Amino acid sequence: MTSDLFGGARIPASFMVPGTSSFTDFLAGQAPELLPSRRSLPPGQAADLAPHGTTIVAATFPGGVVMAGDRRATMGNVIAQRDIEKVFPADEFSAVGIAGSAGIAVEMVRLFQTELEHYEKIEGITLSMAGKANRLAALIRSNLAMAMQGLAVVPLFAGFDHATHVGRIFSYDVTGGRYEETAFHSVGSGSLFARGALKKLYRPDLSDGEAVLAVVQALYDAADDDSATGGPDLTRRIFPVVHVITGDGGRRLSDDEVAEVADRMIAGRMQRPDGPQAGLS
Amino acid sequence: MSMPFYVSPEQLMKDRADYARKGIARGRSVVVVQYADGVLFVSENPSQALHKVSEIYDRIAFAAVGRYNEFENLRIAGVRLADMRGYSYDRRDVTGRGLANAYAQTLGTIFSSGGEKPYEVELFVAEIGESAADDQIYRLTYDGQVADVQRYGVMGGAADVVAGYLEERYSDGAQLADAVRLAVSALGHTEDGDRVIPDDDLEVAILDRTRTQPRKFVRIVPARLRQLLGERGPAEPNPERDMERSVPPAGPESPPSQPPMAGDEPPVAPPG
Repeated sequence: MTSDLFGGARIPASFMVPGTSSFTDFLAGQAPELLPSRRSLPPGQAADLAPHGTTIVAATFPGGVVMAGDRRATMGNVIAQRDIEKVFPADEFSAVGIAGSAGIAVEMVRLFQTELEHYEKIEGITLSMAGKANRLAALIRSNLAMAMQGLAVVPLFAGFDHATHVGRIFSYDVTGGRYEETAFHSVGSGSLFARGALKKLYRPDLSDGEAVLAVVQALYDAADDDSATGGPDLTRRIFPVVHVITGDGGRRLSDDEVAEVADRMIAGRMQRPDGPQAGLS
Repeated sequence: MSMPFYVSPEQLMKDRADYARKGIARGRSVVVVQYADGVLFVSENPSQALHKVSEIYDRIAFAAVGRYNEFENLRIAGVRLADMRGYSYDRRDVTGRGLANAYAQTLGTIFSSGGEKPYEVELFVAEIGESAADDQIYRLTYDGQVADVQRYGVMGGAADVVAGYLEERYSDGAQLADAVRLAVSALGHTEDGDRVIPDDDLEVAILDRTRTQPRKFVRIVPARLRQLLGERGPAEPNPERDMERSVPPAGPESPPSQPPMAGDEPPVAPPG
């Protein structure tokens, strides 16, 4: 099917039929083999076959939301990759970060990105923030069989809601359950530590720069206590991927910008390795 | 029993071409103009919802004249084709040339097959490159012919008059504001004199090379359009416009409150 796309023949009649605005639904009819959920796996556990991504954190600030992910992928006790990217723009006003089986997660993100863009082009308007979150839930739900064999994908979704002009965060479970989070959230193996750190660092009136520093601090704390989360790699200058999304759109902070924040954080940790101190009362 | 009349193949094709050409000539023109930072599309289109200019992919856009339901089907097919190709290969593997080729094959097959009525549409497929020299614009006609467009192009009703106006005044490497003003006044030009098209009746979009996001297509919103156009004098709506607006926007079987894509058959746009 895909081999003759653009191959010089007439466009198949099924492409011209109006109806669905969903790329996933269209693929299911035209080329189901391209959908991650249509693959059948032999029985058995597949968890140890492929690398796993680890910690993602997100936090809102007035007028937007920031999402960051560490750079490590692990396979058992081995570090499979030290500069993997796990936070992606879903469209111009939202981002998705992934924890779990990396290969399937990246494929799912590509499908999700195409899904949002496809709807926008066909309908001429973007999906609502809740609509986007629900589409992602449907993709996760369709992966349940693979999740039960150890290839789970657990994303974190965040974006700017044009209806309410605030940043919003959604978390998921492997069955496609969708939960809206307030203020901040974290997923992945280091998420417990990251969330604990954010509890002490987060304030609702953070500026965008302060929110970036808070999530970078939280990732450091996650890496401090979770072997599968990568800390800042000072010798190779590998730092977290950070996306900042506001009403003007989302953007990934450049390596230099994140390096500056990370260097500032590390300078503080040289004085106090456990990070900034929260007040007792 | 009646015997069917013999119609020569030449006559048959000529009749089909005349039929398609007549349908296209009823509509208003669409102008495409190359400017310094990309490609500009301008059409006179009183409808805010039924677009004549649309995004296909990162660097590819589509403009059409003729019957709305026919070019809308082609647009959707183009978006599906591009997204499917970009998903199964890579975003970079979606090209304007490939898309123009697919459209040409489709239009050509429909035109020469006896079973289907020829499409009454003409299309522009434009793709921007790294510099103005790499920009590609293709013009596709109802019979599947493809032509390369350089600098500017016009399709639709008064294409010759508008193209003549552009020919005299077009210059390479124009800024966006100058290109918009040129294209808008070209659309308002007729042999009997020039008129000022109201801002609200203009559909303007660009493929903007300078945009930092991968998707380069931008619709120019009314506020920005007014800024770009500057002072133009009092607007003179087209006298035919009110008549056109009275054309029912949808078939009797679909309720008028439905969004454009809800029914099985998309509504037919006013020919303007």
